[in-house]
Amino acid sequence: MAAPFNLNDDGVVVIIGTGAGGGVLANELAQKGVGVVALEAGGRYLPEDYVNDEWESFGQLSWLDARTTSGDWRVANDFSGLPAWIVKAVGGTTTHWAGASLRIQEHEFKAKTNYGAVTGANLLDWPITLADLEPYYEKAETKLGVTRTGDRAGLPGNNNFKVFEAGAKALGYKDVHTGRMAINSAENDDRMACQQTGFCFQGCKWGAKWSAAYTDIPRGEATGNLEVRDHAHVLKIEHDDSGRVTGVLYADKDGNQHLQKARIVCVAGNSIESPRVLLNSASSMYPDGLANSSGQVGRNYMRHMTGSVYAVFDQPVKMWRGTTMAGIIQDEARHDPSRGFVGGYELETLSLGLPFMAAFLDPGGWGREFATALDSYENMAGMWIVGEDMPQETNRITLNHDVKDQFGLPAPNVHFDDHPNDIAMRNHAYKQGMAVYDAVGATRAFPTPPYPSTHNLGTNRMSENPRDGVVNKHGQTHDINNLFISDGSQFTTGASENPTLTIVALAIRQADHIAGEMSKGNL
Amino acid sequence: MTNKLETQKLTRRSLLSSSVAAGAAFLVGTGFVTSNSAAWAMEVKHLTPSTMATLIQMARDIYPHDHVADEFYARAVKGYDHADSTKTVEAGIVALNAAARGKGFASYLDTSWERDRVDILRNIEHSAFFQTIRGGLVTGLYNQKAVWPLFGYEGESFSHGGYLDRGFDDINWI
Repeated sequence: MAAPFNLNDDGVVVIIGTGAGGGVLANELAQKGVGVVALEAGGRYLPEDYVNDEWESFGQLSWLDARTTSGDWRVANDFSGLPAWIVKAVGGTTTHWAGASLRIQEHEFKAKTNYGAVTGANLLDWPITLADLEPYYEKAETKLGVTRTGDRAGLPGNNNFKVFEAGAKALGYKDVHTGRMAINSAENDDRMACQQTGFCFQGCKWGAKWSAAYTDIPRGEATGNLEVRDHAHVLKIEHDDSGRVTGVLYADKDGNQHLQKARIVCVAGNSIESPRVLLNSASSMYPDGLANSSGQVGRNYMRHMTGSVYAVFDQPVKMWRGTTMAGIIQDEARHDPSRGFVGGYELETLSLGLPFMAAFLDPGGWGREFATALDSYENMAGMWIVGEDMPQETNRITLNHDVKDQFGLPAPNVHFDDHPNDIAMRNHAYKQGMAVYDAVGATRAFPTPPYPSTHNLGTNRMSENPRDGVVNKHGQTHDINNLFISDGSQFTTGASENPTLTIVALAIRQADHIAGEMSKGNL
Repeated sequence: MTNKLETQKLTRRSLLSSSVAAGAAFLVGTGFVTSNSAAWAMEVKHLTPSTMATLIQMARDIYPHDHVADEFYARAVKGYDHADSTKTVEAGIVALNAAARGKGFASYLDTSWERDRVDILRNIEHSAFFQTIRGGLVTGLYNQKAVWPLFGYEGESFSHGGYLDRGFDDINWI
């Protein structure tokens, strides 16, 4: 049962967003007896609502509000109104995510120290270490039921994995397996085992993949301490004369505006919307937006150095069958500057259905070169590249005053230019990825450009020194002590791993901190 | 396949007897486009039939799949036969035919080789018209469920219980 909190109840924690960060934080706080109102811009969709159809699902779940793009990334040209491929729904992007759950490596928490000065990069060490986060990683892995952690077995390999694995081994790669996945290899935590259905990106209809939508959210609601308001689109965070935040203004399904008072506000709207709401909340006291004395709000936008490699063989693969991303090569995730770049990357199996393959293989491509690639769709194998990209101050979310959203607020503009290190790493990864498939007889390979961003990071980053970032090691803003950031925008650097597990671990840790400070009377 | 494109009223014989050739692949008559064999036909209400025939050929030349019949391309562009898009599409086809004349052909359809048509398309590929048609085809063609089996793609699998017992790991050549 959902707790009904009054709009004037100023004792509640208000959380903006219900994904990996906000959804988990909401449940963790509710379990500790803290009253929480979670405001979610999207609607509620559960496994019975998800559809095994790429475009229909895209229309059902995606965040499609007005956004603009700029910079030299190809997305700005090919998908100019869709910089990111993320979800607007209760549970956020945990509905859509692939399930890959990796811990950030020790050296990656100290990117500035370990990589040294990189021209044009705004590198910084995280104010926390792997050791600080390890206990929370363990809790996160248990919560998500991550395979190959604890006593949980790995998933079986599908056709796409078998091609990938054989190529990887032929090339001499050692660290190759079906991944650490938040997808059950056996029934676990009231969720069934993976049925190898594919369509992991469209929401798991079996509930075998962890999503906050049907785990943390209902469990939090069951405590009576959490009220999730769906179709509640946040417009602005308000503050008082002392500078402390006091409430959140949002529009409901019918466009009516409400002000929910708050003791604490936690922002978890993804790395585009979170800085946007801080910027849109500018006031005479905070003319540059909330928590922005460093000028870093919206900056250092990272999206991972991504790309894909698809390859065609002389025989069928049927890569779409089975778990979409249960396959990984980790050998290139190390930091080894002798390769011509700092940081590392992971190679992970990936498949797209025919409709999405047509849209993403070579956006804008046409003619026989393009069409013959799709003619071989059944014989295609695929992998995704995910590597550390460099934080750059000029890659940033700004308010585009020329374009307004449905509520009349300036739309976010997402500016991104590849750093030379990103390009060097991507070229290396393309070569290695194509070599993997060449080793098992590929007849043609396609180094495919990055898709609209699924990993959006860094725009409210953590820093030891308030001059360098927006939040401290607990995600608490340096400027306003009852304002927190609870999503991937906290990331100081991107590391090479899929970010969800770290977002969840940080949310669990933040819940401990907030509840502790509340009970001490500090918040 | 005629009935799939809502031309029940028109018999094969009447189609053939009341139409003229539009390029090598299509026949056009008053208010319809049909294949040479009248294996399928399509009513056209807003565009001229020859414009629709040109659009279908253009669609195939943009995404040429030899194992995909014209009918699917016709279906992919059928939506342009609409009052709102008539003006833009007719103007676009006028420009396309002008580009064809620039290459020495009477019209876009007055060509025999795909390479000649591709050459013409290269002339207009940066135009808003070409980009609209190409962009529309990405979903208009590839998101037709009837097209998927032609590429081996199996689509929805949940209702079949996924692939756990249906070959998720059945590859036998690796």
